[in-house]
Amino acid sequence: MTTLTQAPAAPGANFEAERQGAESGRRLPWRRFLRGAALPGLLLLLWWAAFRFAWTDSPMLVPISKVWDTAVRMSASGHLWKSLGASLARDLAGFALGTTAGLLVGAALGLSRLMENLIGPTLHTIKQVSLFAWIPLISVWFGLGDTAKVVFLSLAAFFPVMLNTFEGIRSVPRELIEVARVFSFTRVQLLRRVVLPAAMPSIFTGVYLALIYAWLATLGAEYLLTSGIGIGNLLTDGREHLWMDQVLLGVVIVGLVGFALNLIATRIEARLLRWRGTSTAQY
Amino acid sequence: MAHAATLEIKNLSKQYQVKGESLPVLDNISLSIKPGEFVSIVGSSGCGKSTLLRLVIGLEDDYHGEILLDGKRIVGTSLERGIVFQEHRLFPWLTVEQNVSLGLLNAVLPEDQKRKSVQEHIELVGLKGFEAAYPYQLSGGMSQRVAIARALVNRPEVLLLDEPFGALDALTRSHLQQELQRIWEQEGITAILVTHDVEEAVYLGDRVVVMQPRPGRIRRIVDVPLPRPRDRGSYAFAEIKEDVLAEFSDTPRVELLQPAGQRTVSDWQFSW
Repeated sequence: MTTLTQAPAAPGANFEAERQGAESGRRLPWRRFLRGAALPGLLLLLWWAAFRFAWTDSPMLVPISKVWDTAVRMSASGHLWKSLGASLARDLAGFALGTTAGLLVGAALGLSRLMENLIGPTLHTIKQVSLFAWIPLISVWFGLGDTAKVVFLSLAAFFPVMLNTFEGIRSVPRELIEVARVFSFTRVQLLRRVVLPAAMPSIFTGVYLALIYAWLATLGAEYLLTSGIGIGNLLTDGREHLWMDQVLLGVVIVGLVGFALNLIATRIEARLLRWRGTSTAQY
Repeated sequence: MAHAATLEIKNLSKQYQVKGESLPVLDNISLSIKPGEFVSIVGSSGCGKSTLLRLVIGLEDDYHGEILLDGKRIVGTSLERGIVFQEHRLFPWLTVEQNVSLGLLNAVLPEDQKRKSVQEHIELVGLKGFEAAYPYQLSGGMSQRVAIARALVNRPEVLLLDEPFGALDALTRSHLQQELQRIWEQEGITAILVTHDVEEAVYLGDRVVVMQPRPGRIRRIVDVPLPRPRDRGSYAFAEIKEDVLAEFSDTPRVELLQPAGQRTVSDWQFSW
């Protein structure tokens, strides 16, 4: 009988191998990084070559060196950091507000049929309104300042979080809820140990979308509600005066911030949802 | 060793309401199970065997008749009754150890005893060394072992098994049947196994309850007076298996030929 209990050792070896596989995957991050950097590198090279070999003399494009000089100049004067700081502060405030509201409303809708019946239809109608259609209303009610921008950003972050939280809570498998009943879980235990973790991947998707939407909306808000400073204002100023170096610098910074936010979110997700395992699908 | 319970089911009937009409699923089931007994219930799909288990575990109510555990009428779910479902139903966000501990969440035991019991049950199902594995890292058979450990960690008085090996491949299944038999003997627990696999029912059960569908009722109860561990290849085993199988077929059963004693090498001769 004891020898028989050894039989399922094969899948066990699998478990060990998988763990080692994941570790060796972590040992080769440079190769992945280089592959990812190849395309941007090539574009930079082309940009540089366009001026080095005088392929163009259009005022719509400026040499990399000029963009770099502008970056150094604006960084030294502090204008760049002030703009970036203002944009990020707005982004964070709107994201935090919208996400919190989205979590609360989504949870209320998901956990209570009464709430769903009361406010569900209204919210599902409102979410159909394009985000930018809110701008006129917001600018009339809240002006063109920071309040208006943060309201707009919260709205952008609210809907994905609310919808995904609701969806996540509603799709908790009935089978797992029965297990909780078999073990006589209290309502609090059920929420904390079954509903919350089961809804987590969906909730995280919502928060992740909110993070991206909020950053996109930050630029939109700064572009459309033009007062104060921010990366968006940097872009509008550059366009108006045809300072292409400043416009290009703005675009690069917007991209880099987006990239950084994405990276942070992916890291947190991988940590939080470790139990899902990494996809090893090969095609 | 856990206290094993007597389970008594008296005149149990259950109906579902389908489009305003009542559809009988179980009709007048009476069954008395002794402490420490292993009862298998076989039947084709739709004979209400799973519903019977769901009533005994307490996931469904609204029935007629009585279900008594040690003479007391059961109310809702309770830690005295453990269950293993067809799907492992492990929580994917918890490790093996945490999944098993879940069974003890509401048990009145000091922490160190809980930890000890969890460890013992992981060892009981042969998964020592996998405490930190997540369900996605386990095979189907291993996951079902964890589910068995989780159901037993509370030391319930009766263990219910709802087609626990139905989704496993044939090799893993027969291996886990042996394991279940060992675990049941070790724990001395009352067990009810619902299955559609007649061989499994005969291999494990002290008695095999044959159910028939529409509405679900008991057709016959077959005793399995064979010593354990049972030899699936033996004549006595095959005979009981045929006897049970015959309940499912319309044609009369074929009498098996008794093998003519033990053959030795000298009985054989070369044919050239």
